[in-house]
Amino acid sequence: MSEQIKKFMYVNRRAPYGTIYAWESLEVVLIGAAFDQDVSLAFMDDGVYQLVKGQDTAEVEMKNFSPTYQALGDYDVTKLYVEKESLEERGLTLEDLMPLTYEDEDDDWAEKDSIKLVSRAELADIMDEQDVFFSF
Amino acid sequence: MKFAIQVNEGPYQHQATDSAYQFTKAALEAGHEIMRIFFYHDGVNNGTNLTTPPQDDRNIVSRWSELGKQYDLDMVVCVAAAQRRGIVDEGEMQRNGKDAQNIAEGFRISGLGQLIEAGIQSERLVVFGD
Repeated sequence: MSEQIKKFMYVNRRAPYGTIYAWESLEVVLIGAAFDQDVSLAFMDDGVYQLVKGQDTAEVEMKNFSPTYQALGDYDVTKLYVEKESLEERGLTLEDLMPLTYEDEDDDWAEKDSIKLVSRAELADIMDEQDVFFSF
Repeated sequence: MKFAIQVNEGPYQHQATDSAYQFTKAALEAGHEIMRIFFYHDGVNNGTNLTTPPQDDRNIVSRWSELGKQYDLDMVVCVAAAQRRGIVDEGEMQRNGKDAQNIAEGFRISGLGQLIEAGIQSERLVVFGD
């Protein structure tokens, strides 16, 4: 679809509900996956809440879109960087997040974790390598 | 420099839309190229011709239309975001069985692929929003 491949990073900084940014960000990620770019997602600040497991939105009558994150692996979106400090500041650990995996076609389709816990400094280095940012 | 612009906030509610306009205008006047302006989230409300601001205030929508006409800009309103928020063109009106359309002059409704493509083809994608 395009001749050049760029490093695209989607930066998710907001809680999943309360505003529509997280949901409409995910819509961009799903559409963007068709463009065969080098895609990664970063979750920082309140954005880490987007990946918390056991989300139940029935009482607030919002659409619970958290199952969609489980489909990202099938879209070849396999790099989800979660900032360690943002988790800790909110009293969360990796155990509180949904287990998200993908099948690595370069490793006999072995199931691997999509979520990569990185420090603020490491995330800064990863951001430094990117070509395009979508900030939500 | 070949820029693409993304506007994520609605007019009047948030200054992002003013900043996006001022940046776009300044870039064009300095000889840069703006290959696309993509309106997302509440930013799609920049593209409704039903806006009627008080006379002593700026008219954000018609300001975009005039700049678009002057420089032949590609001003794209995201279809998914537009459907949620009631921004409708002729095609959307017929497709969704609505009885009116309100897309402002110079804007067109299209998909999120246009945003991704803008990210690929531009040298800089500049995002305006919180």
